Order: sequence, then C-alpha cells, then structure tokens
Amino acid sequence: MHVNGAVMDMTANAPGRATVPPPQTAALRAVSQTGGADRIMIGVEDLCMSYGGDTLALKHISFDIPWRHVTAFIGPSGCGKSTLLRCFNRLNDLLDDAWVTGRITLDGVDIHEPRVDVTELRKRVGMVFQKPNPFPKSVYDNVAYGPRLAGVRARRQLDEIVERSLVRAALWDEVRDRLRDSALGLSGGQQQRLCIARTLAASPDVLLMDEPCSALDPIATARIEQLIHDLKEHYTIVIVTHNMQQAARVSDFTAFLYLGALIEYGPTERLFTAPEMRETEDYITGRFG
Amino acid sequence: MEVSTVQPRMHTDRHYEQELRELHLKILEMGGFVEKQIANAMGALTERDSELARLTIERDHTVNRMEVEIDDLCIRLLALHQPAARDLRLITTALKITTDLERIGDMSVNLCERALELNEEAQLKPFIDVPQMAEVAQSMLRRCLDAFVREDVEQALAVCRDDDIIDGYNEQIFRELLGYMIEDPRTITRALRLLFVAKYLERIADHATNISEMVVFMVKGKSIRHLDRIPQTV
Repeated sequence: MHVNGAVMDMTANAPGRATVPPPQTAALRAVSQTGGADRIMIGVEDLCMSYGGDTLALKHISFDIPWRHVTAFIGPSGCGKSTLLRCFNRLNDLLDDAWVTGRITLDGVDIHEPRVDVTELRKRVGMVFQKPNPFPKSVYDNVAYGPRLAGVRARRQLDEIVERSLVRAALWDEVRDRLRDSALGLSGGQQQRLCIARTLAASPDVLLMDEPCSALDPIATARIEQLIHDLKEHYTIVIVTHNMQQAARVSDFTAFLYLGALIEYGPTERLFTAPEMRETEDYITGRFG
Repeated sequence: MEVSTVQPRMHTDRHYEQELRELHLKILEMGGFVEKQIANAMGALTERDSELARLTIERDHTVNRMEVEIDDLCIRLLALHQPAARDLRLITTALKITTDLERIGDMSVNLCERALELNEEAQLKPFIDVPQMAEVAQSMLRRCLDAFVREDVEQALAVCRDDDIIDGYNEQIFRELLGYMIEDPRTITRALRLLFVAKYLERIADHATNISEMVVFMVKGKSIRHLDRIPQTV
C-alpha cells in the first residue's frame, strides 16, 4: 500500500475505531503497568485539551508518570505528544483560545488549582527544547540567569549553583576554563547541554524534553542520551521524540499517542517487543507515519 | 496481556518488506530441504541404500550454506532496520529456527552414517517401530514449519504435545533392543547402532518442538519454553 493511502486510511477510520481504548481502559492499563515504580510524579486524569473550538488536540488521556524514571512519548507528527508535554508546565496557558479539562497532578497536587504559582510550577517542571536556545551571554551568565532572577546574589552561592548544574549536565569539564566566553561559541551539542544546565540551576523535579537531540549529530546525541540516563537518578524525565530507537534506548516507559489519544502505555521493553495494540505495532515497525 | 496478532499492513519501506518476505521464504526453503534430508536418510536405512546415504551426507553442506545465508540476512536486517515488535520477533525466531534446522540436518547425516554401517551387516530385524517413529518426527517437522508460515499457535502447541509419542517409541525401541542384546551378544553392535538411530530421531523431534515454541513466541510474544506442562492455549 502506498504511504499516502495508508495515512488516509488511518485518518478516515480514526474516530470510530474500536481499537482506540476508551479513557477508562487506558487509565487502568497505565496504572497497572507502572508496577515497580511506586511513586507517581505526574498523574493525568481524563485530560482533554483544545487549541480553541471543539476540536480536541488531546482526547481523554489518563496515565501516571513514575518518579525518577524516564518516560517517552512517541507517535506520528500531530499526534499530540508535544501538546501533552506542554500541559505539564502549563505552557499552553500562554495561548489565548486554548482550554483544558481533566486533572494533572504534580506530586499529588493539582497544577490547575488557583493557589499554584505558574512561575513556581515552571521552575519545578523545567523544559528543554528542540533547538538549543542559549541566551547571547556568557556560559556562566546563562546558568546563573535563573538563580539571579530568583534573588540569589552571593557570588559564592552562584558559583556553586553554576558548577553543580554544569557538572550534572556533563558540560563542566569542557567549559570550566571558558565560563566567561559567549555561549554562542559552543558547539550545538554543548549548547544543548548548557540549556539543560540552565534548567537544572532552578532545581526542578521534572525535566521535560521536546525532541532534545533532533538538531544534533550522532555523537552529541549519544552524550545527551547518556546524560538522560545519569539525570534520572535525581529527576523525573519526560521526553518527546520522533526517533523511536531513541525512545527505546533512553526510556523506562513509553506512551504511544495517535490522533490525540493515548493508544498504549507501558514498560518500554514490552512496548517494543510485544505491543498489545495494532496501531502501536504498525507505528513502531514502520508501517505508517 | 495480549499482543496484537492482527495481520499487519504493508511496510512503508517496501524494500524492507521485501527482505522480510525473503527471510520467510528462505526459512521455508531450508525447512523443505531438511525434511528431504531426513526422508532420504530413512530411505537409505530401510531400503539399505548406501549410495543414497553417501549422497545425503554430501548434501549436508547445502543445509549449512542455507543456515549461514539466513543468519547473514537476519544480521543485516537487525543492523540496518532496527526492527521492533512483530518484525523483531520474526527475525530473532528465524535466527533460532535456522540453528535447529541445521542440527536436524546434522542428525540426518548421523542417520546416514549409521545406515552405512548397518548396511554392511545382515539386517538384525525387520524395520517396524523405527520407520513409524521417523514418520512422527517428520510430521512434527512438517507441521511446525507449517505453523511458522501460517502463524498457527494451536498447531505449534500440538507439535509440542507430540513429543510424548516420540518418547514412547524411544522407550519401546530401547526395551526391544535390550532384549536382543541380552539374548545374543553378537547382536550388540547392530542393536547399539539402531539405538543411536532412535536417539537421533528423538533429537529431531526435540528440535521440531523447539521450533514450535519459537513460533508461539513469534506470534504471541510469550515464551512457553521450559515449562512443566505444555499450555492448552496461549
């Protein structure tokens, strides 16, 4: 079958497909399969999201993201994986017509409650984007930017935060002698690790990564992947990736999204060897998308 | 937990799809060839045809070549396409199946070697149980390959269950030959050779059982190996 034919076929049949699980089933399955990870960092209950009007970008999504593990979102373009990621630090709030229903909890607290300070939330839930976006400042100032904004003035304390963040981002050894140089002079992979260090400087609990390696070469990608492995000792990581092998390599749990619905969620190893849903099977074996 | 068993749609990458089909075909081709090797080995024994035995031994290098070719194809597919799910299970199954088929090929050679030795001497007894046992072993091989092609779990499980029949024959042949040897020590050489024949057939059935277990894994994503009992369904 031709690619376009396959895609059109999926789209045409999508809303009525019996294989798209109703929200309840997805929730139950998700909960049962985070077994082994007993603490839930992010809980999602019957989440619907729209960029405006009646069209749902996310449809009744329910699942739990375990504490200090790596969870990957995979799915074809436009399936809602970045949208879902952006719900976790309420980045979609910045859009005028967007609306959200359902519940998202961070360590048990509903992030949409009025008493939640969005700035505080975004410190706890840091984000790293597809293209490295360092500020046109020195390496040091990039990392110190957040803490300074938060009122840290003491030189020694700032030095400490900068060093710790750069060490954790596996960049320290490469930049320790160039802290005053412009961040824009670093390589792409170094810039991305600098952005990770900048996020870590705010002492987050969760790191959201939206395609963090898609602009990097294979070596720089491997370094980021190694970094992700190291970081999960201290942080809960959620990563969106188009590269299925990357999801397989770095994540403990994988969620497959299609047309705004959560089709399947479970341990990465099981999802990539014996998926339950036909859509997942077709997607990860390269049969559409 | 149930894996997706619906027939998959075609691959977006048609070249990859083509290679996966080629893998399927190559395994079937190798399976068919190995079946013929056993049939010829049994013919060489029961018809006392030493020429056929020598020919069959010679043909074993074809089996070996097929094994290497299939392994190469599997390794290429793994390296170049990073297969997942159904495709990954097919390729890993293929890697294991070829090993079993190659071993069955070796068993056929061993059968021929015993046939060559037995054909040098007077026949100890008429062949009754041994051809029947060979018939069951061959049928197991045929059916497990069929289960592979049709992704038929029921059939694969049925093959696993037939291993008991083979064990029964083995036991029976052992007892009978023991009787011969106790009665007349001059029959010991021939009886031992026949005992080896039964052992080879039993090994062939074991390999067919292994293949069936891998077929269940390939279709269902679940391992049924090393269980105390063969499950009724998976």
